[in-house]
Amino acid sequence: MGGREATMVLLDENGIRCDGRKIDETRKITIKAGVLKNADGSAYIEFGDNKILVGIFGPRDVHPKHMSDTDTGILRVRYHMEPFSVTERKRPAPSRREIEISKVIKEALEPAVMLEKFPRTAVDVFIEVLQADGGTRCAALAAASVALADAGIPMRDMVAACASGKVADTIVLDVNNEEDQAGQADMPVGYMPNLEKITLLQLDGVLTPEEYKKCVDVGVNGCKLVYEIQKKALTDKYFGNGKD
Amino acid sequence: MENKRKYVIPGDLVTTGPFRPEQNVILEGKKIISTSIGISEIYDDSVRVIPLTGKYIPKIDDLVIGKVLSHTSLSWELDINSCYVGFLPAQDVFGRDFSAHADELSSKLKTGDLVAARIANFDRTRDPLITISDRDLGKIDSGSLVKISPSKVPRLIGKRGSMIQMIEQATNAAVTIGQNGWVVISCESPEGLLKAKKAIQMVNEKAHVANLTDQVKEMLESKGES
Repeated sequence: MGGREATMVLLDENGIRCDGRKIDETRKITIKAGVLKNADGSAYIEFGDNKILVGIFGPRDVHPKHMSDTDTGILRVRYHMEPFSVTERKRPAPSRREIEISKVIKEALEPAVMLEKFPRTAVDVFIEVLQADGGTRCAALAAASVALADAGIPMRDMVAACASGKVADTIVLDVNNEEDQAGQADMPVGYMPNLEKITLLQLDGVLTPEEYKKCVDVGVNGCKLVYEIQKKALTDKYFGNGKD
Repeated sequence: MENKRKYVIPGDLVTTGPFRPEQNVILEGKKIISTSIGISEIYDDSVRVIPLTGKYIPKIDDLVIGKVLSHTSLSWELDINSCYVGFLPAQDVFGRDFSAHADELSSKLKTGDLVAARIANFDRTRDPLITISDRDLGKIDSGSLVKISPSKVPRLIGKRGSMIQMIEQATNAAVTIGQNGWVVISCESPEGLLKAKKAIQMVNEKAHVANLTDQVKEMLESKGES
């Protein structure tokens, strides 16, 4: 991605970003719940050009048995990118990055999911990234949360997720692939909107303390926008058009 | 009695105030929050959410329909459409004087047999213990198995059994509903069986529709004339 940033304007003088968004605008997000028949719960998200499918199984028996916990259920997450999800073929074996993202998504979902209700069982979350365009971990987390709700797994709250970052010395919401490559910082935020708690916070880049605070705030606000879309996805599936 | 029905998703505030949290709700400070997708109901002093999705979680005294998975010399294991397997001890079937040498378990129940059973005991430390020593319980010899979503069982039964009574009367079938979402229909006439099956599947698919009882009734009657 070397000398590309020299030719690309990330933020013009009117505050418009390289893909025509304002600084506090997310990409177009659509979520659909219950798209798979054989999984216990599922969701499909389009987050800008990201396309991600999530399937849930469980609660079910743990195999291998030694992994099970007599006190609580366990959550297992697999985040996987399809070979065709990026411009150059990605080898299908789990990479270091995918293992990390599986772990952070698992830890971001754990505070919300009430696993203690199902001792000795496992809930499996399978995330398949069909097309990636920056910010897949947030999109995957948001979709996983919808799929868990669709599977009927008790949750204290939904988990919404959105990234914020620093591009051309400005804090912006929802960085896309170009901004991620050429920008100065990227901060994915996972947030439980009703409990007002952050479950995922990572930062790649350098921010001053003031910028950091602003970046978290912007990210949380983005999560609230994503939450409305998650809510709509579930309402559409379960309550049809008949509102209340 | 019931009031304030609301559609909720996990994390939604159901109500605040001095209510007793029951099914699928948690108390978070003073707020009562839903933990699943469903319809919230506030009774006199308690709040609950009727879930619209989810697996079957065994509850003591539930009638379930199980399928024999395997047996050891002392007990059977039953698939009860849950995350746990049902545990049926041999004494329950053979009586107190059961002996592991003399009695052969497969003479009573074989792998694949369907059984109507009751959850005798269940806690979080052990697999659910089930029993078939009661009236109307035991091996199911004939009938057709229909699988529906466990969360839609209350809808199939209806208020005070109205829905299922209507289906039974219209088709002349005997329907055994397991709380785990497995339903066995037995009927003398094949048409009745098919019709009952169709009605049950219709309830499964359209559980959220308001005037479902009328729609099912219409379907049952229309097929009867043709």
